[in-house]
Amino acid sequence: MSIRRNTWKHIRRSPYQAFAAISVMTLTFLVGGLFVLLSIGSSVVLNYFEQKPQITVFFTDEKSEEDITALEDTLKNNEKVAAVKYISKDEALEIYKQQFQKDPLLLEMVSADILPASLEVSAEKIEYLRELADSLKSESGIEEVVYQQEVVDLLLAWTNTIRTLGILLVVFLGFVTLFTIITVISMKIALKRKEIEILQLVGASPWYIRGPFILEGALYGMIGALIGWAGNVGLLIYSSQFLQTLFVGIPLFPVPNLFYAAFLGALLSVGMLLGVFASSLALLRYLR
Amino acid sequence: MLISFTDVSKRYSAKSIALSDINFTVESGEFLFLVGNSGAGKTTLLRLLIRDLLPTSGKIHIDSQDVTRLPRSKIPELRQKIGMIFQDFKILADRTVYENVAIALEILGKGKPEIDRKVKEVVKLVNLEDKLFLFPTQLSAGELQRAAIARAIIGGPKVLLADEPTGNLDPTTAWEILKIIKEINQLGTTVIMATHNADVVNSMQKRVIALEKGKLVKDEKKGKYR
Repeated sequence: MSIRRNTWKHIRRSPYQAFAAISVMTLTFLVGGLFVLLSIGSSVVLNYFEQKPQITVFFTDEKSEEDITALEDTLKNNEKVAAVKYISKDEALEIYKQQFQKDPLLLEMVSADILPASLEVSAEKIEYLRELADSLKSESGIEEVVYQQEVVDLLLAWTNTIRTLGILLVVFLGFVTLFTIITVISMKIALKRKEIEILQLVGASPWYIRGPFILEGALYGMIGALIGWAGNVGLLIYSSQFLQTLFVGIPLFPVPNLFYAAFLGALLSVGMLLGVFASSLALLRYLR
Repeated sequence: MLISFTDVSKRYSAKSIALSDINFTVESGEFLFLVGNSGAGKTTLLRLLIRDLLPTSGKIHIDSQDVTRLPRSKIPELRQKIGMIFQDFKILADRTVYENVAIALEILGKGKPEIDRKVKEVVKLVNLEDKLFLFPTQLSAGELQRAAIARAIIGGPKVLLADEPTGNLDPTTAWEILKIIKEINQLGTTVIMATHNADVVNSMQKRVIALEKGKLVKDEKKGKYR
């Protein structure tokens, strides 16, 4: 009880240090949380592409349905091909309608005519993709061969860059936070030297003396984590409309509530640990 | 026997010898003066008793417990058994008299009603009932020392250590403080008081241990300062 009260007194009596500590924690968790979200999001996108048929062949309007069926049969006989699926212009329109059902304006402008027919080809193994894609490109009446492996490779490169950059930035910010909290707590220990001395003389236990400092660090961490979480969730909800149109068909939205809760729990735990670790270091250094 | 010093020596460095070969015992309920010039070793002796310092050699027993072998984690427990007051009072400036006195019980995790009851009891003993909610800056030196005494005895310690408790006080106030310490002793608490106030020592007719350059040079029942 009185440890909690003493902690609150510590914070209230030096609002500027508390503000500095919470600000730097908040910054760390805003940036850290953002990179966590980006990296989870990009994994979902990556996973989606890896599981989809890896090659899509779009045909020009001149290519007749018989020619396409012939090609489909040849592909089906190819042992490197796992499955082939024909998607006619009408089916393409259906898919399109489903994806943009919330957007009547986009639906009005499109008819089956302007959408190309296509074949979705999955390979037995990822290694066969390049070879299959190259042979398909040489066929006539082909408008475009979307070679998913290229998309996956690109995404993978992006994801790795985001992760590396994120980890570097978060480690750097983590250190800045650690040293800020150590400095703030050390200042408070120095300011309270006389009180600590008296408490030690009357026989206060180490936890009674250290508790308020540790709790203070933990509180800074958790407040920073909470604000960082709220900021990130707010940003995610705000941009979800835009992201939904950008990643049509990829199961990113709606984000389950469980994810928000787990995200909050993770940030709070990290914040608390960081705060406790920093105050413990300060106590170790400045309090025998 | 409550306290015993057996061949206790304390050296801060090879040349600075604070105490050498100190031997004495204190019975429960005794009132003992420690006299000697500044630097004679009085404060060192008191600090050894609360394990603020460790002796270089020798053994110190309180309540048949060897203080020198006490693990660090047991030091708080030891100090809760010993009340201590100081020349500079060691009262927290940002807390009221009530809060300063209550600290000694708060650290023990006592509940609010018990703390409230005991604080009121103990401030009556030191005559501070009407100053309970004043801050230290609003108090005189004598009142500060009385608050410190209240804090020292509220936990019901077996021993009260007083390190020059009247050193910063005028003669009249010093006598008031001494009277309170005497009362506490009469209630059964053992008192060890370091002082160089000759008048106080001479008038009290209590046991006197004199230190000189770290050596015990005199130990008399009903002693005098010189």
